[in-house]
Amino acid sequence: MTKPHTTNHEQSLDKAKFGFWVYVMTDCVLFATLFATYAVLRNNTAEGPSAKDLFSLNFVLLETMLLLTSSFTYGLALIFAKQNNKKMTINWLTITAMLGLSFLAMELYEFNHLITEGHAWSASAFLSAYFTLVGTHGLHIIIGLIWIFVSIFRLKQGTLNIKNNNSLTMLGIFWHFLDIIWIFIFSFVYLIGVAL
Amino acid sequence: MFGRLGFDDLPTELITIGGALSMVGGLIAVTAGLIYFKKLGWLWRNWLTSLDHKKIGVMYIAIAVIMLLRGAGDAVMMRAQQALASGDSTGILSSDTFQQVFSAHGTIMIFFVAMGLMFGLINLVLPLQLGARDVAFPFLNSLSFWLFASGFVLINASLVIGEFSAAGWLAYPPLSGLEYSPGVGVDYWIWALQISGLGSLLSGINFLVTILKMRAPGMKLMDMPIFAWTVLGSMMLVIAVFPILTVTLSLLALDRLMGMNFFTSTLGGNPMMYINLIWAWGHPEVYILVLPAFGIFSEIVPVFSKKKLFGYTSMVWAIMSITVLSFIVWLHHFFTMGGGAKVNAFFGIMTMVISIPTGVKVFNWLFTMFRGKITYSSPMIWFLGFIATFTIGGMTGVLMAVPAIDFQVHNSLFLVAHFHNMIIGGVVFGYMAGLTYWFPKFTGFKLHEGLGKLAAWLWINGFIVAFGPLYILGLMGATRRIDHYDASLGWQWLFIIAGIGVLIIGAGIATQILQLGYSIWKRKELRDSTNGDPWDGRTLEWSTTAPPPHYNFAVIPEVKGQDSLWTSKQAKTTTKQSTTYNDIEMPKNTDAGIKLSAFAFLIGFGLVWHIWWLALIGLFGVIIQTILHLTKDDHEYTISAKDIKLHEQHRLKGTSL
Amino acid sequence: MKKIFLYIVAVMIPILITASLIFAATTQDLAILNTGGEIARRQHEILSFAFWLSMVVIIPVFGLTIFISIRYRSKNKKAKYTPNWHHSKSLETIWWGVPIVLILILSAVTWRTSHTLDPYKPLDNDLPPLEVQVVALQWRWLFLYPEQNVAQINNLTIPKDRPINLTITSDAPMNSFWIPKLAGQVYAMNGMNTKLHIIADQAGSYDGMSANISGEGFAQMRFTTEVITDEEFDNWIRLNKYRDEELTQELYDFIAQPSEDDEVHFFAHYDKNLYQTILNKYMSHAIPTDYSNTPETTNGGHH
Repeated sequence: MTKPHTTNHEQSLDKAKFGFWVYVMTDCVLFATLFATYAVLRNNTAEGPSAKDLFSLNFVLLETMLLLTSSFTYGLALIFAKQNNKKMTINWLTITAMLGLSFLAMELYEFNHLITEGHAWSASAFLSAYFTLVGTHGLHIIIGLIWIFVSIFRLKQGTLNIKNNNSLTMLGIFWHFLDIIWIFIFSFVYLIGVAL
Repeated sequence: MFGRLGFDDLPTELITIGGALSMVGGLIAVTAGLIYFKKLGWLWRNWLTSLDHKKIGVMYIAIAVIMLLRGAGDAVMMRAQQALASGDSTGILSSDTFQQVFSAHGTIMIFFVAMGLMFGLINLVLPLQLGARDVAFPFLNSLSFWLFASGFVLINASLVIGEFSAAGWLAYPPLSGLEYSPGVGVDYWIWALQISGLGSLLSGINFLVTILKMRAPGMKLMDMPIFAWTVLGSMMLVIAVFPILTVTLSLLALDRLMGMNFFTSTLGGNPMMYINLIWAWGHPEVYILVLPAFGIFSEIVPVFSKKKLFGYTSMVWAIMSITVLSFIVWLHHFFTMGGGAKVNAFFGIMTMVISIPTGVKVFNWLFTMFRGKITYSSPMIWFLGFIATFTIGGMTGVLMAVPAIDFQVHNSLFLVAHFHNMIIGGVVFGYMAGLTYWFPKFTGFKLHEGLGKLAAWLWINGFIVAFGPLYILGLMGATRRIDHYDASLGWQWLFIIAGIGVLIIGAGIATQILQLGYSIWKRKELRDSTNGDPWDGRTLEWSTTAPPPHYNFAVIPEVKGQDSLWTSKQAKTTTKQSTTYNDIEMPKNTDAGIKLSAFAFLIGFGLVWHIWWLALIGLFGVIIQTILHLTKDDHEYTISAKDIKLHEQHRLKGTSL
Repeated sequence: MKKIFLYIVAVMIPILITASLIFAATTQDLAILNTGGEIARRQHEILSFAFWLSMVVIIPVFGLTIFISIRYRSKNKKAKYTPNWHHSKSLETIWWGVPIVLILILSAVTWRTSHTLDPYKPLDNDLPPLEVQVVALQWRWLFLYPEQNVAQINNLTIPKDRPINLTITSDAPMNSFWIPKLAGQVYAMNGMNTKLHIIADQAGSYDGMSANISGEGFAQMRFTTEVITDEEFDNWIRLNKYRDEELTQELYDFIAQPSEDDEVHFFAHYDKNLYQTILNKYMSHAIPTDYSNTPETTNGGHH
């Protein structure tokens, strides 16, 4: 039980973090629903190409490495933030953002490739499910990137207190969460897709 | 430029013109009144931008009441049509309008009336019951409300511009797909629900954190009032299932907007998946609504029986098992899909199992009354009405849980009667009881008792007259949603009786409006002379004044055990005037929630009408407004201990500053 | 005194309304209870059983509610008052226990009847079943008799006492095929085969309908089921075979257009592949013909 003497500020940080975890849980449900949808529709290719015909593992492996590395670099940024080292925090955040951007660029490239090859989302239920699942993850990455850029901007401006701040911690939770979701996408959509 | 929007989208049928005119007229009248009485600024500062959970609660209820009137109007039109359209008569509505009306009725009643009343009451009561000054995230609370309001505006816009969905309240594809519903109706349905559903999801997070993190010192989970427990169960369900709704609606929207094939019947789409997904949300939704109603009765029955709640632990177990079980019953909404005997039997049995904890609750309430001293104030009349209707509804529900029986009554008026037993008898009666019970807490005066009892009595009788015939019609083989039937079937007189029942319920609603008006007029005589504890309450919300100060409690109460107010009243240790006050930090008013929701409305409206630039403006607005709000630091202001002391002295004397 | 009178009237009115509604119900032809075939009759038996079983709880609840609410009203000074009594292991065991037992009984019945009355389960009967294929259209019902190669719109004619195997699909939004006096309903869906097995043991005509909204003309989407003797059925086929009307693909495409026409039409011939063509319209390769959890059931019936 929180005592009435703990400051309001600490209390609200605690609440915010807990609330953010609950939000992440709702996002898990959201992705779980999309995964379920994908699982139901993955063979409904309407006589068009299936996962096996479309995906290249090497390409996706590179995407995966980019995102995993970005999680690592984000961790470094947080460590420097704890040490009150603003410059290094900003540097590592920037690297994280660059890695995220590269990931996004690769994903968009892949989408574009599929569409120009005639395998757009409207071609079959499988492709609808694929674009929606992977695209929703991509949308989350975009939100994460905006968040990172805003954080960098605020750190530079000095309006973001580098120590004990919730914003960077929660962004960390969010970014790692997207990583974990991606691992699932990588395994269920790409690995199993190519294997089976 | 304006997508699909053109002048021919204005209403053309007499009844829809009437609806549109009353909507626009009401809006103009209210705005004109506010301007004339110079109240716009006051409204903006004191209400619309307020983060005070009590005011947000009142605003939720205001919207819910407006929507109740519209939903009830829809009900009257439906029954009027069915009472008339026998044989050669075509009644008063075209098939298309009739189908829009019943789709709107279900959507409005669940999403905007029941959800609105629920979040309204939770907002009003929960923080007070927990001994907290506000909810965990006051801004998020305001945002939730405004998203709800934005959905409300969007669904009402469909009355004036364009049309509403004609595919039923859950819009099963392929009927709701582009091929069979090319118009804007289904899109209005999708985006109104999507926007308000997002608000509900945020509220779910907010109240869950409030319960787990904001209880007064000393209040263990097992000391919480049962209402708080039911809210906990309900919000856990919101968190678990509203994301499913978000996804389902999005997928349907993607089918309609981008030509995807999730639920189409061609190119591999799977409409059955939609039905599974929507009920994976939809069934828990029923429990989301009814659990807090159970909580309300668990507060009311002990207070009006002057006796401790019977079987608190049993109650908690019952609530939690209902919460868990409600996840694994959704398939009972479509046994008729041919899922196979084993699957059907499993889901049927799970459904019946839910009736066990629900039955336990009923017995616990009855034995709370047993050897008590019961006074029949109007909340208790609602409770008795609830016991009668809800038990019958539970019984018909168990019948329908047996797949072999369900094949015969599914989609019939028997089903319609059953779920109205649950939703009106359970949810509506519960919330009406709650509104009457907590009304004096927030206004300082009681609602007129005689009119309240009359209203409850009219509702109960109207309910029997309106839905009894539907059970009979269902057994006669009458399906739901028919706008016309053969005279030789001999259904007309039953539909006429059902129509009379709806009118009686309408008289009940009118009595409630009269009751509200009369009580405001006679507020001096109906004043709560106890200054905050008119029913001799047991829980913390009754320990502060009526209305409570915006910081709820000048000193956060220390709690020992259940029914803490009652215990301290019995021990005569209530010290209303504490001498030492500390500074209090309260959230500042903000219009960020309104702005965000206005942008969300633009997105919704833009997507309904394919006005892409408008949707883009909305999207950028949302992003920029979110960044601006989240990067701002000064969300709070401090009330000094001195000011509180001054305020408290006046407040406890019953004078204003 | 006057007040008590008022209370009694207030309570009597809903009771009287309920009683008169129940009485009214007994005067009506309740299709689900007044059945014309074995399946519907067994469904009715389960309905009655479950109803009376639930009365074991309902009646005590109503009794207790009336007793407690009168006895323990605050004005009754003779009644016992125990403000802090809030727990009793034995009482709570009763109302957790009794419902659990009842639900166990009902669960057993549910499990058994879900299997015995599974609409997919062929009926136990020595006579050869009659196959009928059903197609839901906007907003009509098309019945195909593959063995006889005749087709009908909005009328299902079947022989008495013979099992009928219905295979149901839809060339329209989802509908629900329902003949209340003969059997419960089953959905009709695009690209799917659902099954229903019925038998009629009384000649006569029974109402059939769509129970699931499928667009504007849904309310008119009704048909009659004519139950005639085996002999009459054969005659009916033989006589009508002389007619020359054929349901060609072109004609089918025409009648598949949305229409609220509820006339009966008979066709003496149709293209054998018609039903499969309708199914294929919505099929992409990986959807099984049957919507069912076990892939083995594709050829009818659960095992």
